[in-house]
Amino acid sequence: MTALVQARDLARDYRMGSGAVHALRGVSFDVDEGEWLAIVGPSGCGKSTLLNLLGAVDAPDAGSLTIAGERVDRLGDAAATAFRLRRIGFVFQRFYLMPALSASENIELPMAEAKLARDLRRVRAKELLGYVGLADRAAHRPSQLSGGEQQRVAIARALANRPALLLADEPTGELDAATGRDMIELFRQLNRDGTTIVVVTHDAQMADAAGRRIHMRDGSIVSGEPS
Amino acid sequence: MPFRLALLGLLRHRARTLLAAFGIAVSAALLLDMVMLATGMRENFQGFLLLRGYQLRVAPKGTLPFDSEATIDSATALVRAITNVSGVSAVSPVLGAQSQTTAHDSSITAFTLGIDPTVQGDYELVGGSDLIDSTAVVVNERWLALTRHAIGDSVTLTVGYDPQLRTVLGERKFVVRGVARFFYTATTQPTIAMRLPVLQAMGGSARRDRASLLMVKVADGVDAELARAAIQKITARVSVISLEGATAQVEQRLAYFRQLALVLGSISLAVGILLVTTLITIGVNERAGEIAVMRAIGVAKRNVVLQVVAEGLALSAVGATAGLLIGLVTAQWLERILSDFPGMPSTFRFFVFQPYDAGIALSMLAAAGVLAGIYPAWRASSLPIAGTLRREAVA
Repeated sequence: MTALVQARDLARDYRMGSGAVHALRGVSFDVDEGEWLAIVGPSGCGKSTLLNLLGAVDAPDAGSLTIAGERVDRLGDAAATAFRLRRIGFVFQRFYLMPALSASENIELPMAEAKLARDLRRVRAKELLGYVGLADRAAHRPSQLSGGEQQRVAIARALANRPALLLADEPTGELDAATGRDMIELFRQLNRDGTTIVVVTHDAQMADAAGRRIHMRDGSIVSGEPS
Repeated sequence: MPFRLALLGLLRHRARTLLAAFGIAVSAALLLDMVMLATGMRENFQGFLLLRGYQLRVAPKGTLPFDSEATIDSATALVRAITNVSGVSAVSPVLGAQSQTTAHDSSITAFTLGIDPTVQGDYELVGGSDLIDSTAVVVNERWLALTRHAIGDSVTLTVGYDPQLRTVLGERKFVVRGVARFFYTATTQPTIAMRLPVLQAMGGSARRDRASLLMVKVADGVDAELARAAIQKITARVSVISLEGATAQVEQRLAYFRQLALVLGSISLAVGILLVTTLITIGVNERAGEIAVMRAIGVAKRNVVLQVVAEGLALSAVGATAGLLIGLVTAQWLERILSDFPGMPSTFRFFVFQPYDAGIALSMLAAAGVLAGIYPAWRASSLPIAGTLRREAVA
């Protein structure tokens, strides 16, 4: 296995008043291609900060981060945007679908940004909706979908541009237990089909389902073990 | 996609968008009316003077036509001399005076014009016949209404009434031969026209061979400015005013109106900008999470900017289009109010719709819409992605 993600001594501080909060204190780890990694730990331990660095929506104050052979920690805004578009898929706790767009259009959004032809976008969106089990919901708007369905559309959107890495921040956090179990099953299927996943979660079942988990506390990795 | 998202973003809050578009429409209407007023008066004035094709006006030195009681002496000789100027095709002398008549125990004062019916450019006949002889007068509807006379009636007119001495300079019997629409007097002003020599004779020695104004027509293809200079050389006791000269003098007098229009137009434009900026900024703040997610999934800053600016542009475009209709309706309404202003000629128009000027005004508003979208667009594109998502999650 080759390491898709190589994080070395990542540090990130936030200013708070006159002082600073050390959100990450020299975090190092690798994620192999096709691996499913869960990051767990108490609130405020730096999980989401780490996920933001992996997703290139934030930059570390120190350390290096290489994803798919590209140094992510030094990217400018435009390069980071292009990197996210082509290489990263994001799934958020609150789904964050565009309320005015249909399920299909939400999935097409990153493809349109990547300048994929309209007919190809439609075909891909249809394929992804089928993959997440919502083939008959293409024309529905988010308000017409249940929480679980919205999260499935969000996952389909994250997969639209065939990303190298799927990042998920508490993907079952807003779902009931039964729907959460369905979601874990979908992640399992994704991983089986070759998607590399890093998921931040408080959900023990989600963490157990992952191939490996790392525990964080006070901005550091305190342990890492296979699930 | 940015344009579609912009449109859908506006449609999400239909009532708010509708109210904002209406606000912009009111701004646009005000801006359009101010532009129509500012440019319309100038354009209309030129058309007003050219109603019968007389390009030049000869008035007593230093005055505008009928600006004062001053008159031009030796009018007959001057008319002859001007007629002989190369390129001049017609000269129409006009003498102005007040005449009185008694009707139903009250005295009616009318503005009275002495004219040459063969070359006159002051009225158009709408009924009856013209000044066929020295006893004929042509009157307007207002005079008929006040005196309760009709075509064919005999009337006695006096000129040069002195209220202190209770004397008149001249008194004659006339027959009302025709009804006319006078171009340069208000519809509320009772007006009469009679032959020039008759009015001159009734005015006594003070009016003998005098004219208040000479209107000069220049033949087609002749430079009016050259004719003006040639006429001015004949005598120094008159001012020869070209269309451009008259327009410039009137513009000077109307500067107050134009400044007012400019200030009100600028204010309406500023209100439009503020309205769009406020609305779009509110929209951006409400959608901060969505925008951060769009950025997180790889939507470029320029497309976020494009989307927000497109919202401003779409709002302004809709508002400007509605404003065009509202502006035209309000201009007609205001025109009716202003045309009733005392002393305003019936043929004068304050608001003149000119597609080019209207286009400029509404384009300015559309450009203002883009300008108004820039600040919220900058805010939207500058949102820190991670920080915004964290705040949204906490909220």
